[in-house]
Amino acid sequence: MIAEIGLAALWLAAALAVLQLLGGFIGARREDAQLVALVRPAAILQALLCMTAFGALLWVFAITDLSVKLVASNSHSLKPMIFKLSGAWGNHEGSMLLWVTVMAMAGGLIANVERRLPERTMMATLSAQAFVALGFFAFLLLSSNPFERLDPAPVEGNGLNPLLQDIGLAFHPPTLYIGYVGLSVAFSFAVGALLTRNVTPDFAKVMRPWVLGAWVFLTVGIVAGSYWAYYELGWGGWWFWDPVENASLMPWLAATALLHSVSVLAARDALRTWTIMLGVVAFSMSMLGTFLVRSGILTSVHAFAVDPERGSFILGLLILYIGGALVIFALRANTIAEGKRFALLSREGALVVNNVGLSAILGIVLLGTLYPLLTEAFNVRVSVGPPYFNPVSAVFFLPMLVVLMVGPLLRWRKDSFTRIRLPVMIAVVAALAALLLAWLLSDIGILPLLGLALAAGVAIASVMPLRGRNLRRLPLPVWGMCIAHFGIAVALFGMASDTAFQQERLVAARPGQTVEVGPWNATLAAVSPVAGPNWTAMQGDLLVSYRGAEPVPAQPQSRSFWTPVMETSEVALVTRWNGQLYVAIGNQADDGRWQLRLWWKPFVTFIWYGGLLIALGGVLSLLGRVTGDVRRRTATRRIAARRAEEAAL
Amino acid sequence: MGLKPKHQRLVLLSLALVAIICAGLLATVALRDQASYFYVPADIAADPPEAGRAIRLGGMVEHGSIATQEDGVTVQFVVQDGEARVPVTYTGILPDLFVEGSGVVADGSMNASGTFVADNLLARHDENYMPRELEGMTTEQIREEVQETVE
Repeated sequence: MIAEIGLAALWLAAALAVLQLLGGFIGARREDAQLVALVRPAAILQALLCMTAFGALLWVFAITDLSVKLVASNSHSLKPMIFKLSGAWGNHEGSMLLWVTVMAMAGGLIANVERRLPERTMMATLSAQAFVALGFFAFLLLSSNPFERLDPAPVEGNGLNPLLQDIGLAFHPPTLYIGYVGLSVAFSFAVGALLTRNVTPDFAKVMRPWVLGAWVFLTVGIVAGSYWAYYELGWGGWWFWDPVENASLMPWLAATALLHSVSVLAARDALRTWTIMLGVVAFSMSMLGTFLVRSGILTSVHAFAVDPERGSFILGLLILYIGGALVIFALRANTIAEGKRFALLSREGALVVNNVGLSAILGIVLLGTLYPLLTEAFNVRVSVGPPYFNPVSAVFFLPMLVVLMVGPLLRWRKDSFTRIRLPVMIAVVAALAALLLAWLLSDIGILPLLGLALAAGVAIASVMPLRGRNLRRLPLPVWGMCIAHFGIAVALFGMASDTAFQQERLVAARPGQTVEVGPWNATLAAVSPVAGPNWTAMQGDLLVSYRGAEPVPAQPQSRSFWTPVMETSEVALVTRWNGQLYVAIGNQADDGRWQLRLWWKPFVTFIWYGGLLIALGGVLSLLGRVTGDVRRRTATRRIAARRAEEAAL
Repeated sequence: MGLKPKHQRLVLLSLALVAIICAGLLATVALRDQASYFYVPADIAADPPEAGRAIRLGGMVEHGSIATQEDGVTVQFVVQDGEARVPVTYTGILPDLFVEGSGVVADGSMNASGTFVADNLLARHDENYMPRELEGMTTEQIREEVQETVE
């Protein structure tokens, strides 16, 4: 019964999306006030219905209703509750329903709170939003019904992929999805503004919080995904340039560029067409990412819930949306008047360089990710890996860091080098000092060396905009910018340190044996079997000691799941402020020794701390923008009320 | 700067163009290397890559070929594709899905004596993973299997 309620709610929501599309489009054309008045309630109701449908799905997963096909094929009654629930979106149908639900909630939110845009632009935006949502509704209802029944119901379910039974991964896909969907909202705004030729700073101010929000979620999603791969796959790496990772990186690059260009449009009324174009590109990248991940067209270590037929449906949607948006763009772009002018040496100029650099990196990643597909059309099989991505993207990434040191110090419109000479000199000296120090004290490669130097330079430069200002009265978005840029330096420092200074020991050890790695001593006490709710494992009991300090336990496991049958490696991580000890246990040799792999990874945690700082910067900016908007709106309302009072008198 | 607005747009545009062209050229050159990055044993027999160059080797683990050395962490095995065989040594913890007859992809390089020294072994992490038997597979099928194992 619950499943049927969910399905009915989904159909009703789809019907309301049709109403929203037609009402917004025809209503605004014919200036039919009655029709237009239906659009906002339709969007809000649609959000409530989608939430009902998603709630129904959570419910059938919570009670493990095996007569629902999706539950039977992705869940198991013995699974811990949290993974029963996360199983609801850890599969194709469920994740699509989550997508539609988040999208409808975003639509409902815009319809409910957004009153600054001219009504015509608003209607066009809501129409575009409904148009995008309808594709996904059609997808769900026609080809991947999450509520499909199974008759007869099986006695037990198939279980969820053990790699997904991890608290980090349970919340990782929704985080990325919220980011993707946020970009769909930015896309709808861009299309709405194009249709009504209304690309103004006001429009940019409305679009900005959505871009910021989407970008924050994408950032957190990527950081979480990277940490998950690091500890769950047992290889000790944090970025593999895997197609699925690239699928989340590409929208992030586009969103980062968009974030900066939309700020230029909001503050200085420049880069109008470019911002619209990026709005289209950013959403294209999230669609492309979904397509790559879902279709299985590129094989990947983390491709879950793959289905080629459904891939072609997403490809169809991708072509429809992006093709449509590009046609509108081609027809309308020349009618958007040029924005304000600026000198090359200005904040705008630096942001243009930032945008060009990010676009170039985006192009490089896109090309590398799709290249195997292109050559496969000619029957040549290749695989593209780190030897391509690392050096080629670094060629653009490192110079951009130099621009990052200078850009935030520049004034809008026009500036001169003499004014910013001092702070730039300080940052450059810091970078050179770090370069010299790292070069003298160690023997490391050129990329990590440059990375360390630029990390120092960017760290100093990122706090320079705070210099000589009243910190208590500084607007939140400025804090956000400084913290995010500082986060880049922190992450870069972590990456360079881990690459340059990590130490590894690989041994076959007997119980009682002690292994040294870097400043650590690790003693294998015993290896014994342990059991979890749906797995058994061989667990190594180690006592590890950092520089002779009191030993702490480290317990890596080699786990065997039985639904489905699969083995995973659970590494043990011991964290100190300056890095992490990473311990994995392998097989037992014939003579009884156990394989142990230990890494000392100096400052590796800084990679993710940096990522979180970047996201925190986004959150602060978002808070600043939203509270600013609210304050302004209340002020406007107060003035309007006072005027009305005066008029009445 | 004393540039006219029109010229300034031109400068910005050409800057962007130069950057994009550079990116394209760089990417193309780097990608051409990747075309000879992935090898199956038959490729190595036909045209051996120079020793020490980073390549990726894919194939099936030959039955009965896995041997662990005295140190307990170095493993030797043979990767084959039905046409040719390549001996491989790997020092490290074997991936969970590494068994005889399964597909495997290894990152590493050839040494002077014709042994492939693997830095990293990749096995597929997927819920639908099934180790298929090698018997009766054509080279083309092996290539597919290997390609599926990991890119």
